[in-house]
Amino acid sequence: MNALRVTTTRIFYAVLLLLAVLVLNFTMMHLAPGDVADTIAQSMGGADEETMAQIRADYGLDKPFIVQLGSYLGRVIRFDLGYSFYYNQPVTSLILQRLPATLLLVFTAQLFAMIVGVVLGVISARRPNGILSHFVTFISLFGYSAPVFWTGILLLIAFSLKIQWFPVAGMRDVTLEGGFWVQTLDIIRHMVLPTITLGSIFLALYSRLSRASMMETLGSDYVRTAKAKGLTEREVVYKHALKNALSPVITLAGLQFSAVISGAVLVETVFAWPGLGTLAFQSILARDTPTILGILFFSALMVIVGNLLTDFVLRLVDPRLKGRA
Amino acid sequence: MAPLLKVENLRIELATRAGVAPVIDNLNLELAHGESISFVGESGCGKSMTALAIMGLLPEGIGRVASGSIQFDGEELTTASPRRLRQIRGNEISMIFQEPMTSLNPVYTVGEQIAEVLRAHQGLGQKAAWAQAIELLDAVQIPNPKSRVEAYPFQMSGGQRQRVMIAIALACTPKILIADEPTTALDVTVQAQIFDLLRDLRAQTGTSIIMITHDMGAVAEMSERMIVMYAGRKAEEGPVDQVITHARHPYTSGLISCVPHIMANLTEERHDLTEVPGIVPGLSEFGQDLCLFAPRCPRASDKCLSARPPDVPFGSARSSACWHAEDL
Ligand SMILES: Nc1ncnc2c1ncn2[C@@H]1O[C@H](COP(=O)(O)OP(=O)(O)OP(=O)(O)O)[C@@H](O)[C@H]1O
Ligand code: SF4
Ligand SMILES: [Mg+2]
Repeated sequence: MNALRVTTTRIFYAVLLLLAVLVLNFTMMHLAPGDVADTIAQSMGGADEETMAQIRADYGLDKPFIVQLGSYLGRVIRFDLGYSFYYNQPVTSLILQRLPATLLLVFTAQLFAMIVGVVLGVISARRPNGILSHFVTFISLFGYSAPVFWTGILLLIAFSLKIQWFPVAGMRDVTLEGGFWVQTLDIIRHMVLPTITLGSIFLALYSRLSRASMMETLGSDYVRTAKAKGLTEREVVYKHALKNALSPVITLAGLQFSAVISGAVLVETVFAWPGLGTLAFQSILARDTPTILGILFFSALMVIVGNLLTDFVLRLVDPRLKGRA
Repeated sequence: MAPLLKVENLRIELATRAGVAPVIDNLNLELAHGESISFVGESGCGKSMTALAIMGLLPEGIGRVASGSIQFDGEELTTASPRRLRQIRGNEISMIFQEPMTSLNPVYTVGEQIAEVLRAHQGLGQKAAWAQAIELLDAVQIPNPKSRVEAYPFQMSGGQRQRVMIAIALACTPKILIADEPTTALDVTVQAQIFDLLRDLRAQTGTSIIMITHDMGAVAEMSERMIVMYAGRKAEEGPVDQVITHARHPYTSGLISCVPHIMANLTEERHDLTEVPGIVPGLSEFGQDLCLFAPRCPRASDKCLSARPPDVPFGSARSSACWHAEDL
C-alpha cells in the first residue's frame, strides 16, 4: 500500500519532469535562429518570401509561441514527434529504429562498468596497500581524465587496426549469413570496443566509490559482529559488507545515467554505432529540428526511466528505504 | 579442575601514529567453568581490547598479541589457525558489543542474522535454523517472535536490538559469553531488563560470563569475581564482595567511594563509576616501568615512580598491583 503510493508519487514527479524538459527543449529550439521553413527552402534550392510564408503557415510556424508549444505537447503525448524532412520519415519511427542500438550500448556499458568497478573496488578495499589497489587508483585517474573519443580511437587503433580482433565500425556485418547465434555473436564482437570505451569513464567512478564504500563497511560494527559469529571470510565480505556498500554505488549509477547517454553520443560517433547518438550528430549538422527535439525527448525519457529503475533496485538492496519517499 | 579460560602474561600492542604501545601489558587472569567475572575500569583502560584479543578480533593491521598466551579449555588461541578460531567464535565463545544500534546488519532481517550462526556452527538447514531463531527470540523475551523474526534492525528499539544480539551470542550455547558494556547505550529501565535477562539465561545455560561494565550495581549482581583494570594493567582482582568492602588498591577505593551503597538496591538504582580526580593516561604513556596511577594517587611515593608494582597475592583469591597494598 505504502510502497504503491511511493511508486505513484515517483511516477507523477517523473511525468512532471518530462513535461518541463519538453517545454524547455521546445523553447530553446524556438529561440535558436533558423526553422523548418529554412530547411525546406534549402532542400528546394531556395525560395522567395511568399513561398516561405506559405510553408510557415502550413506548419503553423506563424502562430504565437504558446499555441505552437501547446500543439507540440499535444502531439508528443500521442507519440507524434513530427516529421523529419531530412530523413523523409516520421521522427518517432526514425528514433524507434535507432533506440535499441543505443539502449543496448548504454545498458551494457553501465553493467560492465558497475560489475568490473565493484569487483575492483572490493578487491582493493580488502588490501588497501596491495598492487591491485594502486592499479585501481591509476585506472580511475586515467579513465576519468582521458576524453572518451580519445580512448575510443586508441582502442580502435590497437584492437581493430593493429591486432584485428574486433571490427572497426557499425553494429553488425550485413554480409554475414547465419542463424540467430551467428548474428548475436557478430553483434557482441561489434559491441566490445564501444562498451569498454563508454564504460571506462564510469568504471573509474564506480571502482573508486565502491573501494571507499567497502572500506567503510568492512570497518563497521556489524562486520565485526559477523566475524564474531565465526562466519567465513567470504560471508563476511560478500554477504555482510558488500550488500551495504552497494547502495552508494547504485545511487551514483542512477545519477550517471544522463552522463552515460551524452557519452554515448561521442562513442557512437567514433564507432559509427547506428544509435541515437549518431542520429543526433547528423540531425544537428542538418539542423533537423523535429528529430533533435525527438531525441532530446527520448534522452530525457531514458534518464528518467533509468532513475526510476535505480530507485527500484536500491529499494531491493536496502530494506530501510521500503515505503519511504 | 583446569580453568576454562587462562590468560597468561598477555601483552597486546597497538600500532598507532605515535608508535607501538602496549594497550594490554602483562595481564593474567583465569575464568572457571560456569563462573562470571567483571572487568571494571574507566574508559580507555583496555577492557574491550582484552575481550577482542580473546575473540581473536583485534583490529586488523593495528593490534596484535605481542606475547603471552590465551588458553581456552587447554587449547592455545594465540597460535590457533584462522579456521579453528572461526569454529570457536560464535560457537564456544561469543561476544555482545557496546553498540546495539550499529552491531546488527541493517540490510538483513534479525531472523536471518540469528539463523546464519546456527547454520554455520550447528549444521542446521534453512528451515530448522529459522524455527530455532524464533525460539531464541522468545527466549530473549521479544514479544511476538513469530512476526518479529521478519523485522529489520531499524524496526526495533535499542533494547530489542541488544536482545537480538544476545540471542545471536547464545544461539549455540557457548561456554563463554563476553558482554562488553551491553547496556551502556540503553535507557536505565532497559538496562535493568537486559541484566535480568542475562542473569536468567546464565542460570539456565550455565555459561561463563565475562562482563565488562561501568555499572557497579551490575558487577555486584552479575559476578562472583571482579578485575579492576587501569591503563592496560590489572590493578586489583578478587571476589566482588571482598573487593567492595575492602579494596586493596587506591584506584579501586577511588572508584568505589564514588558509588554510595553499592550493595543496596541492586536493581532499581544504578551507579556508574564516577570520576576519580584526574584522567587515564594516553596510550603512548602505557608500558612505562612505574605505577601509571601515581599522578592520581593520594598515596603515591617515590617508590611508585621507580618501578611497576607487581601483582601481590592476598590469600588465595585476591591480588593487588600496588606498592602499598598491605597498608590499605
Ligand atoms: N582501533 C584503534 N586504534 C588505535 N587505538 C585504539 C583503537 N581501539 C582502541 N584504541 C585505544 O586503546 C585503548 C584501550 O581501548 P579499549 O577500547 O580497550 O578501552 P575500554 O577499556 O574498553 O574503554 P571503554 O570503557 O571506553 O570501552 C584506548 O586508549 C583507545 O584509545
Ligand atoms: S603503587 Fe603507589 S601510586 Fe600506584 S596505586 Fe599504589 S600507592 Fe598509588
Ligand atoms: Mg570498551
